[in-house]
This record gives sequence, C-alpha cells and structure tokens, in this order.
Amino acid sequence: MESVGSIIAYIVIALSIMVFSVLAVTTRKILRSATFLLFALFATAAVYFMLGYQFLGGVQIAVYAGGIVVLFVFSILLTSHPGDNSSKLESKKKTVGLVGAVAMFVVCAWSLISRCSVIKELPDLGQTQLPDMKQIGADLMSSGDHGYLLPFEAISVLLLACIIGGIVVARKK
Amino acid sequence: MDFLNNFQLNSLMFLIPSLFMFCCGVYGFLTRRNMIAMLISLELMLNAVDMNFVVFNRFLCPGQMDGMFFTLFAIAIAAAETAVAIAIIINAYRISKDIDVKDLTKMKF
Repeated sequence: MESVGSIIAYIVIALSIMVFSVLAVTTRKILRSATFLLFALFATAAVYFMLGYQFLGGVQIAVYAGGIVVLFVFSILLTSHPGDNSSKLESKKKTVGLVGAVAMFVVCAWSLISRCSVIKELPDLGQTQLPDMKQIGADLMSSGDHGYLLPFEAISVLLLACIIGGIVVARKK
Repeated sequence: MDFLNNFQLNSLMFLIPSLFMFCCGVYGFLTRRNMIAMLISLELMLNAVDMNFVVFNRFLCPGQMDGMFFTLFAIAIAAAETAVAIAIIINAYRISKDIDVKDLTKMKF
C-alpha cells in the first residue's frame, strides 16, 4: 500500500505526461509546442525522482530542459515568426497518422498487458541500494565487469565530432 | 477507501504513459510538416524510450544500474543529435527561406 501523497503524485505525473505530449504534437503554434515538450520532459524527470534515480532526474533537467529546449526555442525564433499558425493539416494525412499511432498503441498495450512477467509491483529494496553518486562515478570510470569506461570515451568522441559537425554545417559560406 | 488501500504501483502504470508518449511522437512525426516540429516529436519518442529503460531497471532488476547508464548515454546522444539536426535545419533555412519539408526538394546545390 502506498501513502496518499505518493498516489496523488503518481496521478499528477502520469496525467501531465499524457496531456502535455498530446498538446506538444497537436498545437499549431510551434513555440507552444516547444513549451509543452518542456513540460513533458519535466514530468519524465519527476518519474525518475519518484523511482529513486536522483542523478538521472538531475541530468534530465539539466540536459533536456536546460540545453535542448533552449536550443529549440532559439532555432524557432531564428527560422519562423513565433505568432504564425502552421497550416491546417490535410484530413487524409491526419487520418493516416492517427490510425498508425492508435494501432501501434493498441498492439503494444495489448502485448504489454498480456505478458504477465513484465508486470511487477515496485520491489522492496531491502538490502540492495539504489545507486548513489559515488557508485555512479566509480562505475563510469571503471573498465571492470560493470564498468562503462568504453561508452564514456565513445560519447566524448561523439560529442567532439558533433561540435565540429555543427560548426561546419551551420557556418556561413 | 478500498481503492486507496489496495493501490500498489506496478510497472504497467509507468509503461502505459510512456507508450502513450511514444505514440504521440509517432503521430506528430507522421503529420507535422515543419522540420522543427518533427524534431520535437522525435524528442518525445526518445524520451519515452529512456523512461522505459529506467522503469525496467527499477522494477525487474533493482540491484543493478545498467538501465540507468543506458538512459544516461541515450540522453547525451539525444543532445548531440539535436544540435547537429538544428545546425542542418538552419542551413536549410538559409538556402530555401523555409523549413517546411515540402519545400526542401533541393539537396544538391
């Protein structure tokens, strides 16, 4: 049994994830769409905090809300007039998109619900600990059994390539 | 009160909102014609997948943290991908003065 507070928190988070992601793809003003995306990302960060991954929630807020959404807002302001409505969707295209999304939702939800091995109650942690900062840092830097040194280095090379690529592509000729 | 007493968080309660978010992303990606709006839908899909990793990690094997590291690296890759995509979009805007995908027919120039 959960406390009333965590039930309310769960319901608010789940509802805001669904409402804001629908709004982000249906609103016709592009700047509003970016704002609703920001709220959906915040709700995801709240899920991470709720499950006990504080570091991940912090990263989610710092990278997504602090970096990506700001980048989106800048590029929207650079490329379009913020007050403009996007053109109305053709009803055929809308139907195709809606049918595809709904069919996917139904198939995936049915297969999730019918697979009972996936449905688990929140496990009591008992002796095992959720990762703390010290553990995360040690694992990121170790090359042992549960170490992530190789992907860490690969990511650093990727970020370097991405910086160079971004500059080269967006540079004025 | 019976509902409150029996309420227990299970993994489905997180997987279904995440699936819903992913399907919203699919809908947006299929219907939107503005490149930035398509990128926003893509972010929604990536975010839903990240959430799935974390939920499976927490509910199925809470002692390990592989799902958490996968999400950590996926967030970093998503940031890099968005930066490059926005650079490409701004470059396309310079060429055709519009970022509607219908008008971007000129890839060679």
